[in-house]
Amino acid sequence: MFRIARLIAAKDLRIELRSRVVTNQVLPFAMIVMVMFAFALKTDEVVEKVAPGLVWLATLFSLLILVQRAFAIETADGATEAMRAAGVDPAGIFLGKALALAAQLAVLEILLLILAVVLYNSKLHAGGVVLLVTTLLAATIGLALVGTLYGGLAAGVRGRETLLPLLLLPVVAPVLIGATRATEAALGTSGAVVSDGWPWLGLLGVFVALFSVGGTLAFGPLIEE
Amino acid sequence: METVVHLSNAVAVLGQFPVLAGASLTVERGEIVLLQGPNGAGKTSLLRLFAGLMPLARGEGNVLGFDLRTNREAVRKRVGLLGHANGLYSDLTVTENVRFWGATIGASESEVGAAMTRMGLAQRLKDVQVAKLSAGQKRRTALACLIARRAELWLLDEPHAGLDAAGRDELDATLREATAAGATIVVASHELERAGALATRLVEVVGGQVRESQVAPDGDNRSQAAG
Amino acid sequence: MPDTDTSAMQLTTDQASDAARSAARSAASSSVRRSSPTGTPFTRVLGIATLISMALLVLFGLFLSPEDVVQGESVRILYIHVGTVWVAYVAFGVTALASLAFLWKRTTSLTWDRIAGASAEVGVLFMALTLFAGAIWGRLSWGKFWVWDARVTTTAFLFITYIGYLAVRGLGGSHQQRGRRSAVVALLAVLEIPLVHFSVKLWRGLHQDGSVSDTTKVKLHDLMLFSLFISLIAFTLLFVWLVMHRQRVLAMQDALEDKGLDFALEQRRSEAGL
Repeated sequence: MFRIARLIAAKDLRIELRSRVVTNQVLPFAMIVMVMFAFALKTDEVVEKVAPGLVWLATLFSLLILVQRAFAIETADGATEAMRAAGVDPAGIFLGKALALAAQLAVLEILLLILAVVLYNSKLHAGGVVLLVTTLLAATIGLALVGTLYGGLAAGVRGRETLLPLLLLPVVAPVLIGATRATEAALGTSGAVVSDGWPWLGLLGVFVALFSVGGTLAFGPLIEE
Repeated sequence: METVVHLSNAVAVLGQFPVLAGASLTVERGEIVLLQGPNGAGKTSLLRLFAGLMPLARGEGNVLGFDLRTNREAVRKRVGLLGHANGLYSDLTVTENVRFWGATIGASESEVGAAMTRMGLAQRLKDVQVAKLSAGQKRRTALACLIARRAELWLLDEPHAGLDAAGRDELDATLREATAAGATIVVASHELERAGALATRLVEVVGGQVRESQVAPDGDNRSQAAG
Repeated sequence: MPDTDTSAMQLTTDQASDAARSAARSAASSSVRRSSPTGTPFTRVLGIATLISMALLVLFGLFLSPEDVVQGESVRILYIHVGTVWVAYVAFGVTALASLAFLWKRTTSLTWDRIAGASAEVGVLFMALTLFAGAIWGRLSWGKFWVWDARVTTTAFLFITYIGYLAVRGLGGSHQQRGRRSAVVALLAVLEIPLVHFSVKLWRGLHQDGSVSDTTKVKLHDLMLFSLFISLIAFTLLFVWLVMHRQRVLAMQDALEDKGLDFALEQRRSEAGL
């Protein structure tokens, strides 16, 4: 299972490196979203206060596109079916694609954080770095896991573009809440302190644990015919 | 002779339509069976059923000793299906594709290389992105992926389509080598002459059912007029 | 031999459904004089019990129980609201359990899948009613249609999740496929909903926004408690009645499709002249 996962993750990342769809299209999209948020909000103070939330919202919207892309490369030439026909372990496919998705998400989030510092005047400080990094890790893995899971379900069915957001967004709500609060604590926004953030990290951890097990079990049946 | 495929009154559905309406077929090891029939007759569905992709709605079937009703996963690892789509990743090169599909069953680098050489891809084309290949070249790449997977049962859906004469000769030679090495092949094709010359047996698929052909393929007396 | 293509496939399927439909209709109409297509003695008794308990609910809820000291007459919405929210969560539980049962012994029991689907449909309805009645009550009691606490938000999420579940049920494919896919989605929802609830609770817990949920503490007079009790009973009976009927309708739909398959099989065979 892990060998297959590594194989598939490597394949996905190689395709991305070759085609550069994420770097050329998804990252600019995320950047525009960040700018649009500022347009929609009134003052600099407001923007600064809600900056962590905006970062994670932009991440979620980009997640939808990333997931669609991750499965579009498979359905384009019938590769998912070929993988099923080849008896490739679905759990391996799940973990591999989730890993590749997580890598792409991580790059996206780092960029968004930098943008938040630049556009929203967020401030990073040394005390919160550990919390920030672990939050990024946990949230990224969690989002990648559920994104791959529901992406697999939605791939190749009619109405997939609209089905995916409907299914995925309610599920990622806990990640949005948890990651935002933890990030606020790490950045010290609105007077939050670093110690406030750890319970939220715990929540994210539970999320990751539940969906790594649940996803590995559920992915096979969901893509099966 | 070992039975590789045994199907008895199989019914398979696509949505609510019975693509296979009571098909019965037996294939022994080492045979090259040609499926013939009009469009919509169920040839593709038969192949997909053998590949373990379609569930069996009614009837019985087993492939390579595994029951199609309960154990489709086991069937898949040992079977190679070349369908209408190629299953290739267009951003990756030929080598990367063949290597990937070979790696799914742990094929070695030399086996991958051999597969590519067999399909004439090891020289000029090996580092070309699949997106830039012609339809015939993509087909050859897909076949190389199949070869690299060392399947016991080969299921080919219109494999000659898009190949030029040289490519077709390569394919035929490859198929003969494969059966000599113990594989069994089921081909669906409209190309009666070429595929007919290759096949050991001709079978007609019509209305979702199977009918053994009364006509022997050209110059080959091994087909049976079966019941 | 006819050269069939996809339009012929469609024609066959349509013809098949038509034939099966008329067969079912004649079967149903012959029995309709005796009983309704989905009614049985049990559901008839159940239906009467539901009506009686609903009547009792109206009596107690609107007339016999007293108005609240703080909230006045608007507390009466509670009798509906509590009933519907109870049913909504029961429906969720039933869908989850039925999905589990379906996956447990898969090849023999599509009934479990249909129960899960029927329960989800009824659940969505009651959830919508819950949110609606709750919004009205909130507006009347403390001037706000919505409050961001764990219970309300989780109910809203459950609503959306159900809608997603029903969308997955409608994706098509064979009945087994539908059953397996939606069962997995339902069980994933069992993971998701408590997570949502817990995270919202933690979120609002840390922000003491002069929480309006404190004012939901209604002093419950004996008669009010009794009326609430009647409400729970009445709505539960209604739920069971609705789900049973809906499950049977779904069974009839599935049977219709299966009959269509038999018909289509014959058609297909004849096309071969075999």
